[in-house]
Amino acid sequence: MSERYSRFSIALAFLLSVFVAAGCGGGEQAEQAEEGAAADAGTPAQTAVVDQATAATVSGSVMFTGTAPEAESIDMSDEATCAEKYSTPKMTESVVVNGNGTLRNVFVYVKEGLGEMTFPVPTEPAVLDQAGCWYTPRVFGLQVGQDLLIKNSDGLLHNINAKATANRGFNISQPVVMETKRSFRTPEVMVRFECDVHGWMFAYAGVLTHPYYAVTGADGSFTLEPLPPGTYTIEAWHEVYGTQTQQITVGANESAEVSFTFAQPAA
Amino acid sequence: MIKGRPLIAVLALANLVAMSSAAAQDNERGRRLYDRWCAECHGAEGAGDGSAAAYMLPQPRDFTLGLYQIRTTGNGELPTDEDLARIIRLGMPGSAMPGWRTKFNDAEIADLVAYIKGFSRFFEQFGAPEPLDFGKPPRLTDAGLAEGRKFYEEIECWKCHGDAGRGDGPSAPTLQDDLDFPIRAADLTENWNYNGGGSVEDIYRRLRTGLDGSPMPAFSDLLDSGFMTDEQLWHVAQYVRSLSPAQTPVVREVVAARRIDGELPASPDDSAWNAINASFIPLVGQIIQEPRWFAPTVDGLWVRALHNDEELALRVDWHDPSQSPDPDWLDWQKWVAGTMAPAQDSSQAALLPDQLLVQFPVTIPTGRERPYFLFGDSRRPVYIWHWQSDPDRASENRATGLSTLKPLSAGAETLTSAAVWDRGEWRVQFRRRLASEDSTTLLEFRPGIAIPIAFFAWDGSNGESGTRAAVSSWYGIYLEQPTPASVYVSPVVALLLTAALGLMVVWRAQRREGALQSS
Repeated sequence: MSERYSRFSIALAFLLSVFVAAGCGGGEQAEQAEEGAAADAGTPAQTAVVDQATAATVSGSVMFTGTAPEAESIDMSDEATCAEKYSTPKMTESVVVNGNGTLRNVFVYVKEGLGEMTFPVPTEPAVLDQAGCWYTPRVFGLQVGQDLLIKNSDGLLHNINAKATANRGFNISQPVVMETKRSFRTPEVMVRFECDVHGWMFAYAGVLTHPYYAVTGADGSFTLEPLPPGTYTIEAWHEVYGTQTQQITVGANESAEVSFTFAQPAA
Repeated sequence: MIKGRPLIAVLALANLVAMSSAAAQDNERGRRLYDRWCAECHGAEGAGDGSAAAYMLPQPRDFTLGLYQIRTTGNGELPTDEDLARIIRLGMPGSAMPGWRTKFNDAEIADLVAYIKGFSRFFEQFGAPEPLDFGKPPRLTDAGLAEGRKFYEEIECWKCHGDAGRGDGPSAPTLQDDLDFPIRAADLTENWNYNGGGSVEDIYRRLRTGLDGSPMPAFSDLLDSGFMTDEQLWHVAQYVRSLSPAQTPVVREVVAARRIDGELPASPDDSAWNAINASFIPLVGQIIQEPRWFAPTVDGLWVRALHNDEELALRVDWHDPSQSPDPDWLDWQKWVAGTMAPAQDSSQAALLPDQLLVQFPVTIPTGRERPYFLFGDSRRPVYIWHWQSDPDRASENRATGLSTLKPLSAGAETLTSAAVWDRGEWRVQFRRRLASEDSTTLLEFRPGIAIPIAFFAWDGSNGESGTRAAVSSWYGIYLEQPTPASVYVSPVVALLLTAALGLMVVWRAQRREGALQSS
């Protein structure tokens, strides 16, 4: 055994000398490879269990000021099956302001502050449905590795063109009522979905390594919980108005309020 | 044995490291080749933004995205090295990307592949998976083609590619690639322009993998879901292949106008045309006179001609996904204007007609010299048939240079036209008397000589008019002469003479043999 180990250490020394001899480019590559290996083989992923006894909550709402651009009616006349599903023409939904002055379809999530914590991947898939030549939901979140179930409820040709930049995107065809599963390998806010057959169809997915995200609905509010006590960067993303971030600190069992305001720039 | 293993492993590893260092040095060669031959279009940093990019549609690939249309790997996956090498070797038909196999050897191509991969972090991050197993096509049968057609309708290929496959589906005017550049639905009837090759196998692969970065999705999930079988998807590929001619058209210098007795066809869809072979005339953007045009819609015409000693009938077919003017294409027009040089005000879009122009010299040249191919010049004017879609009519004109089109006086009008629009194709027929009342302005068509002929086409929905045109060089049109009687007599005389000579030879041989035997 000892002889084997000594041989091994000689070999290792030889290997190191090769690394050095390999010169600048090769050396850099080797270093990167080693870093990668360390990251992969490092401490096994610790699945975080948030202590309910000290869990904190961040909540708030997303306000809107200014005059929202008017929604435009969508011409679905080339796709009678979908057009028939609407008694009045479907309107664009890129900016939806609620009756209480809040903004809908804002993706609010914890951008920073969770450190190295990792979270279990939900076994339930996130669902993106195509019905009436429309994506539902328009804005949603899911975790890295979580299944995304893409449904075609229309029974006519849709292609789901996921335009990602951090992830590998995809572009798949669903010409009939069917379901397809896909997932994402790395976090990305946001992945944009388009249907090239129906140029008005858009959806956006926030891909995160954790479950702390929410999408504002009809009351414009959001809640992120149960969070471990700590200091967080909270980001709000909207498809037209971009992103805003705020820092907030929450102690054990505390609830903190964060409020965002998006404004329509003056014309 | 066991003791030796770590050393062997380490030596193998050392070898690998040494090899990768050698590869890194070779990459220097990859960089040099790239900078010299690729960067002008694809950009120094591989972002597809080289100085020539504004003259190209489709635009050069942006390597930083790691998105490649032509792969053997699944949808959304990275290409293999061989996939990239194949594109460098063979080019991308239907785009400005040429094949480089005569320029670079395999080692150089491997260096370029390695260098190009370096523009995208995805190759290090994810790596390319194994190629998909595509299997083999089933035997080509009529039943298979019919099933392919059925699925072409059912999986709605026609939404973009059109019912007849000419890239004229209802979604065609709205298509953009991942970088929001306008992109055409492929004209499936021109398989020589398919980016990834025009064979049944190539088409099947595109169906399985999709063309990443473009609106063309992958259909593999339809197999996984059990909606259709692998064989049925092959049938779709076979059907799509059947939309193009069996052979890529060969360009010939001269269009033959066959002589017939009796009436000429009344319309482009007259059955009399069915017996006439069409000649393919390629067209390219007009890039000589400003403003130049690098993104023409029409890339070729099919020309047929007939005459009956009295009149000439010419039928010209070409593919254009829009029947202009068509307001559905106004956004498309703005996108193209915003992408292509010369920079234009892309907010301006106009409802323009489609146009076709057939150009002749005013008089048949006696020598080899022909008028300047772009509308002639003052020394050698040209005589022009000009058809437009809206209003649908044709006129006779004279020109002495681009933008000098002058209609001939109304009295001289001897030209008639008839146009048919059919699912992404124009078929336009012209008829004119061969004789000319005024040979100083109106060409007199004479049988038995190749008369110079050239073509121009404009797609109004693509923002084309004036110098923004698709053009051909000069070709010839040859009106067949009546067949002289000697054509029928000579072969018979030759046949009789040959038979007589043959008999004489046999007879003499027999006589000689008889004489030898008796001696």
